[in-house]
Amino acid sequence: MTSPADAHDADAQRAFDDLIANERRIEPRDWMPEAYRKTLIRQISQHAHSEIIGMQPEGNWITRAPSLKRKAILIAKVQDEAGHGLYLYSAAQTLGITRDEMTDQLIDGRARYSSIFNYPTPTWADMGAIGWLVDGAAICNQVPLCRASYGPYARAMVRICKEESFHQRQGFEILLALMQGSPEQRVMAQDAVDRWYWPSLAMFGPPDDQSPNSAQSMAWKIKRFSNDELRRRFVGMLVPQAEALGVTLPDPDLRYDADQGVTAMGEIDWDDFFAVLRGDGPCNAERIQRRRTAHEEGAWVREAAAAYAAKQAAPRTEAA
Amino acid sequence: MTEPTTNPWPLWEVFVRANRGLSHVHVGSLLAPDAEMAVRNARDLYTRRGEGVSIWVVRADDVTTSDPDAKDAFFETAAGKNYRHAVYYTASEGVPHL
Amino acid sequence: MSTADAAAHVTVESLRLSAELAGSDSRAPSADVAAYALRLGDDALILSQQLGAWISRAPEIEEDVALGNIALDLLGHARALLRYAGSWDGRTEDDLAYFRDEAEFRSCWLVEQPNGGFAQTIARQFVAATFMVELYARLRTSTDATLAAIAEKAAKEVDYHRDHAVQWVLRLAGGTAKSRRRMLRALNDVWPYVDELFRDDALIDRLDGTAVRPSELRDGFDTVVSTVLGEAGVPVPDVHPSAAGGRNGEHSVWLSGILAEMQVLARRHPGARW
Repeated sequence: MTSPADAHDADAQRAFDDLIANERRIEPRDWMPEAYRKTLIRQISQHAHSEIIGMQPEGNWITRAPSLKRKAILIAKVQDEAGHGLYLYSAAQTLGITRDEMTDQLIDGRARYSSIFNYPTPTWADMGAIGWLVDGAAICNQVPLCRASYGPYARAMVRICKEESFHQRQGFEILLALMQGSPEQRVMAQDAVDRWYWPSLAMFGPPDDQSPNSAQSMAWKIKRFSNDELRRRFVGMLVPQAEALGVTLPDPDLRYDADQGVTAMGEIDWDDFFAVLRGDGPCNAERIQRRRTAHEEGAWVREAAAAYAAKQAAPRTEAA
Repeated sequence: MTEPTTNPWPLWEVFVRANRGLSHVHVGSLLAPDAEMAVRNARDLYTRRGEGVSIWVVRADDVTTSDPDAKDAFFETAAGKNYRHAVYYTASEGVPHL
Repeated sequence: MSTADAAAHVTVESLRLSAELAGSDSRAPSADVAAYALRLGDDALILSQQLGAWISRAPEIEEDVALGNIALDLLGHARALLRYAGSWDGRTEDDLAYFRDEAEFRSCWLVEQPNGGFAQTIARQFVAATFMVELYARLRTSTDATLAAIAEKAAKEVDYHRDHAVQWVLRLAGGTAKSRRRMLRALNDVWPYVDELFRDDALIDRLDGTAVRPSELRDGFDTVVSTVLGEAGVPVPDVHPSAAGGRNGEHSVWLSGILAEMQVLARRHPGARW
């Protein structure tokens, strides 16, 4: 015999399934399966953390940018990343997790973020390669998320994607300026492309046959295309762009046909990828430490502002 | 679920009017210690590219929502009242300025 | 197109871009006007450089965004002013920012003071922005059209910077015992560098009507300071002014470190384009 609660859940599940099947959006107060909620919280918060941690590798160059115009662009870009992190934290919060919980998970090392940000940025050309390759890969991943089934996530992604097209273009233009510059600058640009190419491809996630959560995410229409499909599409876009830049993509096995797209490509070194993901990357400790320090050293400021707000509110409450 | 930890700032919902003549539309949320700072943070966060001419901020706790579980019943009454829509009145179709 | 698809539609918006730098096609009419623009430009540049270092280190991410906005505004002022200063003798904004040595900079000591903690940065911002509000309000009526145009844009932006600093002075001074202690100490630490902002000199005398006379800004500055600190319940610091000589190229100990970091890459590749 089914209890009323079970019957209610079954109805709710049916309503949820119908919404998903009909390409409608799930909204915050709707009933949703617990696994769907958890998957979204994990994915959105990881995404938010990636934006916030992603401020660091580029933020390190704000004070050293080689021209004032580049400095302005870089500040605006890193600031956008802070903004994107906030849009995403805001979307995750609609699922019943607080910013504090997410921040704690990040600075305790419990939460994941994109392992791409655990690679160092030793030269200025890294600003170009990150914009072109890392933001390029991110956009490829993110544009389909604008149609994700969870409304607040999809809406945040629309905003983010619009802003990120600037990020990829400015990265491309940094590399272009270097490639048109001195021999030393050209070496710098090629070196950065060599270092960021494979990690940017790894951003699409493990190969389809080793990606355990993908099928469920596709069924829920959180995810729209498989990892390998997106990766291949991305490389196909890179080839003509690399040609325009005059840089070489560091994959001797890459075969590209203008009509058919990418027909062959080399293997990603997944051991390295998983090592960095596990925390063995060059900068994992440094990134988390910076975030933790900022959060902890800011505590007295947040407390002060809260105390001030409480004092200001008190007299008004009494008067009312 | 763990208790909220250290951050003493509340959550605010942000609404932006994109242009004169349009409604304020919900754009997202942010943390701020009080309303004055919330509206400033909203300006910095949600209007970096000239997206707005006016901002509202509301404490997330102060927003009351219709009961999601009762939504079918709650919004059912609108259905069937076709006479609220102009297209219901077919006899006047084709008459100028009506 | 269904509503849901319309919501997911992403395009690169086409829009008319406004001028990046105010007054960007004019040439400074004299070495004196160029020297004056350089002075103001250096203040904005060094302050922007310092605030840029806060990003990803602020007390809350919302504040990263706020400080980033202020740094960007100031960098815009610096670029317009340095471009104008350099137009006199054919140097670019980047020549001036990256290829001058410490003694050639004309920034005041206030903007060279270290970021320190959040209270130090807010104290420095409070003084700098309050000064700049008074400065640009008057410079809008300069007989030099380019300086007036730069001031017109800057005036609105520094008004917001001052508001930001005032909000934080009130909150830190009126927050917890700890924050109040830190805010008071920070104000005391920056106050020796207030005096330098309001000193007239021969350059200012020669530019009557073009430049703003700094000494004339002091009353407006003092009024705002006493109002805000009065509301915060904080005494206006009573300290000996520093003999700071930034306008003559004599700088605080901090400037060389700031420049070393800012200029390191550009100087490694002289003549390069970026």
